[in-house]
Amino acid sequence: MKELVIISGKGGTGKTSLSAAFASLAENAVIADCDVDAADLHLVLSPEIVKSGLFESGKLASIDESKCVSCGKCSELCRFDAVKNNGGVFSIEETSCEGCGICAHFCPAGAVIFEDRKCGEWYISKSRFGTVSHAKLFAGAENSGKLVSLVRKNAKEKAVEEKKDLIITDGPPGIGCPVIASITGADAVLIVTEPTLSGEHDLERIASLIKHFRIPFSVCVNRFDVNEEITSRIEKKTLELGGMVAGRIPYNKIFTQSQIRSLTVTESGCSEIENIIKNIWENICRRMMMTI
Amino acid sequence: MIIAVASGKGGTGKTSVSVSLAKAIAELDSKVKLLDCDVEEPNANLLLECSRISETDFSVKIPSLDISCCTGCGKCAAICEFNCIAVVKERAVIFPDLCHSCGGCSLVCPEKCISEIESKTGVITKYSSGKIHLVQGILDIGKAMSPPLIREIKKNTESEIVIIDCPPGTSCPMVTAVSNADYVILVTEPTPFGLHDMTLAVDTLRKMKMNFGVVINRSDSGDDRVENYCRKENIEVIMKIRESIDAARAYSKGIPLYDALPEIKQDFISASKTIMKRAGEKI
Amino acid sequence: MKIAISVNSSDLEDKMDMRFGRAKKFMVYDTESKTNELIDNTQNLNAAQGAGIQSAQNVINAGVEAIITGHTGPKAYKLLSESGVKIYHSEEKCVKDIIADFTNGILKEADSADVEGHWI
Repeated sequence: MKELVIISGKGGTGKTSLSAAFASLAENAVIADCDVDAADLHLVLSPEIVKSGLFESGKLASIDESKCVSCGKCSELCRFDAVKNNGGVFSIEETSCEGCGICAHFCPAGAVIFEDRKCGEWYISKSRFGTVSHAKLFAGAENSGKLVSLVRKNAKEKAVEEKKDLIITDGPPGIGCPVIASITGADAVLIVTEPTLSGEHDLERIASLIKHFRIPFSVCVNRFDVNEEITSRIEKKTLELGGMVAGRIPYNKIFTQSQIRSLTVTESGCSEIENIIKNIWENICRRMMMTI
Repeated sequence: MIIAVASGKGGTGKTSVSVSLAKAIAELDSKVKLLDCDVEEPNANLLLECSRISETDFSVKIPSLDISCCTGCGKCAAICEFNCIAVVKERAVIFPDLCHSCGGCSLVCPEKCISEIESKTGVITKYSSGKIHLVQGILDIGKAMSPPLIREIKKNTESEIVIIDCPPGTSCPMVTAVSNADYVILVTEPTPFGLHDMTLAVDTLRKMKMNFGVVINRSDSGDDRVENYCRKENIEVIMKIRESIDAARAYSKGIPLYDALPEIKQDFISASKTIMKRAGEKI
Repeated sequence: MKIAISVNSSDLEDKMDMRFGRAKKFMVYDTESKTNELIDNTQNLNAAQGAGIQSAQNVINAGVEAIITGHTGPKAYKLLSESGVKIYHSEEKCVKDIIADFTNGILKEADSADVEGHWI
């Protein structure tokens, strides 16, 4: 069983649209949506939730006003500016609290409640393309990668149970913990980028992260015709870094139009784009040595 | 006055809008500080003709143990919520990768053998571009945490007008970047993904009790779902920017919207006046 | 001396668990008395970040001088080596054969962690 993770470095390059397209082309796959901060894949896959659970991670402090003696010790020790003093009434701002527990430990009055923090929800669903493992991170929650790891773990377990040979993972943008959590142990990574100075710059950063993990990677430039010169530079750089050029996709309104109809790009009847994406898919599968 | 530019979804044009607003305000004869807090992938410097003024390393505090006085009591491991300390064979071993720099272990050690040392996690670079002063933070590759670097960048607010280019999403990096802003602009696009992610950002901003409005980029590229949502939710749409292949090409070469489409300059100038007015109002 | 092997069960014919941090159990084998005992490691299966550390603490507290596993992450490696525990990596084989390999000096000591830390 192999796993392909699709990431982008810079956001908004078409990563999720392409992940959805691959989901429609793959015959025997489980899909994982690891973009837990702003999960969008479900808008196109329309999954029905079969199983779900609460995701708890880290802790949250709050002050019991009835016990608080307003000594201000918590405020003095908190390094995250999470303690607010409103005329002697102390409270903790949930979105700023890191969950370190120092205030709870040192409060002389035992007035700090320190409990497990509900950070999000995970789901296992069924869709027209198979099982989907996804999740939602609550607003302001710490995005350390733990929920990403849980989504991948659920996907792996379902893939084993259903005897699927591939997991297609829609990864998060950026280069931080959530991205690292989405690519460790993957068999292949596809970086979807755009032919802009930002896209080029961000690609270098994400590529060096991937090389650190020694995972074979390929690159696909989306909307390549916006700037063919930068597209060529990106493709040349990809080869220099030891990656494969999976293909290039021209700008086409079908990406937005199919999204509006809750369809994948490959279900929308635009044969030019369909063929280009099929070609990219075949290149990637061949590199992963999978039967298509 | 602090104005934060955020988005739920990545790639909506947040950086181009931030830079364009900074340019519009500079045009109104005001000095502007632009803080690029998208520390994983900062791009604002690519859209400005700027000269570098300074570059400094950014470090966080991590614990350092003096083994000679460690008794293996385990109090440091017990207080650490982030699994950064283990105690074996009567001594502590520190794993600083996910240290949140809360200082707890150092405070709680009865022998006072944990001190704090600096560990580099990123770089802060300052640039100058006419009346715009850009402060950019970039996180070292493989480093875990954006918020400490973002907080450091935000210390640079000694200026009449500060614009913060925020990271995308709604988790802790974005929350750290927008907190304490006088007004937040959410940049979105009129598509299902754009609307969905925007509603998540709206929920976050409401939870934080922030004053905000919306800029719809590529406003004619999708449908009217975003405008309908804003109308229903009583959210002000400050500006709409139409899709343009010329703008896309210009952006690819590092030219922000403000300079790519001359007809848009006036729109940005009036939008910035509205935004500054809103930022000055109390909720 | 005592060595710990990451395992799924107490069955010597069963294959070793290739992962150290997430191993369900450790078989602690005493090379002198040629006896073994099983210690449970399941409290670490759900720990996100730090599983390697906790598993290392578990075997160190059991008094082992060496561990045999498939892969060790950087945190487990650091804690084990700083505590003087030797680390050996083996291919996936049944536990009985791995003990034989160790006794016959076939297994080589690992000089660094061989996989990245991760959370799953």
